[in-house]
Amino acid sequence: MAETRMLFRNVDEPGLNTIDVYKKLGGYETLERAYRQMEPEEVLEELEQSGLRGRGGAGFSMGKKASFLPRGDMDKYLCCNADESEPGAFKDRELMQKNPHQLVEGIAIAALAAGANRCFIFIRGEYDLQADILDAAVAEAYEEGYLGEDILGSHHDVELVVHRGAGAYICGEETALLDALEGKRGNPRLKPPFPAVEGLYGGPTLINNVETLSNIPHIIANGADWFKSFGTEQSPGTKVTSVSGCVQRPGNYEIELGMPTRELIYDLAGGPPEGHEIKAFYPGGSSSPVLTADDLDVPYSFEAMADAGSMLGSGSIIVADDRVSIPHMALRTALFYQHESCGKCTPCREGTNWTVKMLERLVEGEGTPMDLDIMASVQEKIIGHCLCVLGDSMAMPVGAMVRKFRGEFEALLSSPTEGAQRIGTVQAPAVQIGAT
Amino acid sequence: LTEQMPAASSAPLPGAAGLPLDEALVDGRVPARPAERVPELHEVDCPDDLRERIEELMSRYPERRSASIPALWAVQRRYGWCTPDGIRQAAAVMQVTPAYLESVASFYDLLRTHPVGSHQVLVCTNISCWMRGADQLLDAFCEAAGTDRAEAGHGGSNSEDGELLVSGFECLGACDLAPMASIDERYYGPLAAEDAATAVEQLRKGEEPLPEKALAKLGTAGGPEPAPDKRVADAKGPNG
Repeated sequence: MAETRMLFRNVDEPGLNTIDVYKKLGGYETLERAYRQMEPEEVLEELEQSGLRGRGGAGFSMGKKASFLPRGDMDKYLCCNADESEPGAFKDRELMQKNPHQLVEGIAIAALAAGANRCFIFIRGEYDLQADILDAAVAEAYEEGYLGEDILGSHHDVELVVHRGAGAYICGEETALLDALEGKRGNPRLKPPFPAVEGLYGGPTLINNVETLSNIPHIIANGADWFKSFGTEQSPGTKVTSVSGCVQRPGNYEIELGMPTRELIYDLAGGPPEGHEIKAFYPGGSSSPVLTADDLDVPYSFEAMADAGSMLGSGSIIVADDRVSIPHMALRTALFYQHESCGKCTPCREGTNWTVKMLERLVEGEGTPMDLDIMASVQEKIIGHCLCVLGDSMAMPVGAMVRKFRGEFEALLSSPTEGAQRIGTVQAPAVQIGAT
Repeated sequence: LTEQMPAASSAPLPGAAGLPLDEALVDGRVPARPAERVPELHEVDCPDDLRERIEELMSRYPERRSASIPALWAVQRRYGWCTPDGIRQAAAVMQVTPAYLESVASFYDLLRTHPVGSHQVLVCTNISCWMRGADQLLDAFCEAAGTDRAEAGHGGSNSEDGELLVSGFECLGACDLAPMASIDERYYGPLAAEDAATAVEQLRKGEEPLPEKALAKLGTAGGPEPAPDKRVADAKGPNG
């Protein structure tokens, strides 16, 4: 099976990031039709019918989320979550860098459907190049009258600001994102109230991921039924999947959901380097419980991954081959969440810290048999006990690694593997990335 | 209950061995010092261009506090890091307390509350890059720049001449380029260990580092463009 490119079609067309080239390829035609000929309710209805699920990680119906916003004349907000920081995820970076206008068009159409007038793109601080590209694209869209006051005579105003974060994974959590956008430390809020009711500045707020919003021009241009002809019944459409780690061709692959995971990893990403076998993989970013080589035939869809005990998440596969020590991979994973925990909730702040300490002890050969059980119980005590799922995001994969590869952890108790943390010399991808 | 509570005594409380004593603990109470109020513009000597920039940033949002992070970015661009004076200047323009902006600055990894080298190399050491040799790449950058490896792995280390900061960093969202680094806020990859010395030399000479490995100039990773799906080829909308 091959890729099915919709969002990534013609992605390397020179100058696609400029409005001229984007329009030449059919860009902004859909926005013009939506603003000139469609009622907001119609647009919303089409989005709901399409079954588009959020591409940021949770997989919630986009149209349903938009319909939760109260009707009526009040300040409503739309935030595009471009804080992509999940280890293994790099799809939004490429979508914004290569095709920023697709996102801007999607935001403007979503704003019409949701009745939002003030929109923000919250982009992670590290994406400096992409933020500059977006700034330029937004300025072009204002100039052409696709953003601003009374767009195309529709009496609908849309203001769009690119807001650059400053380096904190937690800001990808939607309520922490709102706090950061309000100029505070990015701490998550208690839910409910959900942002659709009480979000940015206390007003109704729709928050969607970059890829979700980039789908919107395609859905509105061709209709919900057309969109549902891609993918599976419960996971319609295409998905940009980021495949990385021990594969020969790491990169973004846009596929129809439901493709067997094996085809994605082997046929598209080239599988592990010659002479190596897959040992484990994270199917949906570093927060997803790891699966093993036995799970390679699970279809890549929201529902099948959930049935397999993991999740599709942001659609990022990290492959570990037989050279990777699982306890060391668990430590790398835990270190990330320990560093990124905002510290607001005790189970996450302390749980991530203790997990790191226990894993460090273990890989240094100073663990005790008790540590494995304590570690498993720490993970259980984090899950579901915090304001947001950052702690769970460590507990789930680490818990799964201890469960599925317990033997490897136990082996460290008797003979720690010196230097196992370094699995090889610096190794560039086997296939060179072409320059444009 | 009050009888059971120890009275605030002037005798120093025992401090942990080897740790500096907290002034507040020595006195048994927080030293009597008024909280810093919102500074006035005439008290801070804020350069006009910085003031204008922050005012422009505030005008983008319904509430001025939303400009906190952008304003701190502006301070950092001007002074190299979020200096106490720079923070007071921004606080005066924004009419918030310096402590408020400090609390924001200290939360975010990219906002620096201590001096850092004028060129910044952030080496991603997260899972995918680690599997492809990120630890060795960080070793190589430390060796080339003459920075401390242990410190570089824990928040960053400056070279002695103050030219470079080398820091291990959490996932930078470029696993397709693994192992990779962000150099002066732009991405480069995939890097080999010997690229580190080249990049450091180029940075020291004021040249663009590793131009042939800049993400800005690379095509997308992954496979070649496949023949379009019929449904997509016949569709309306963008990219077509």
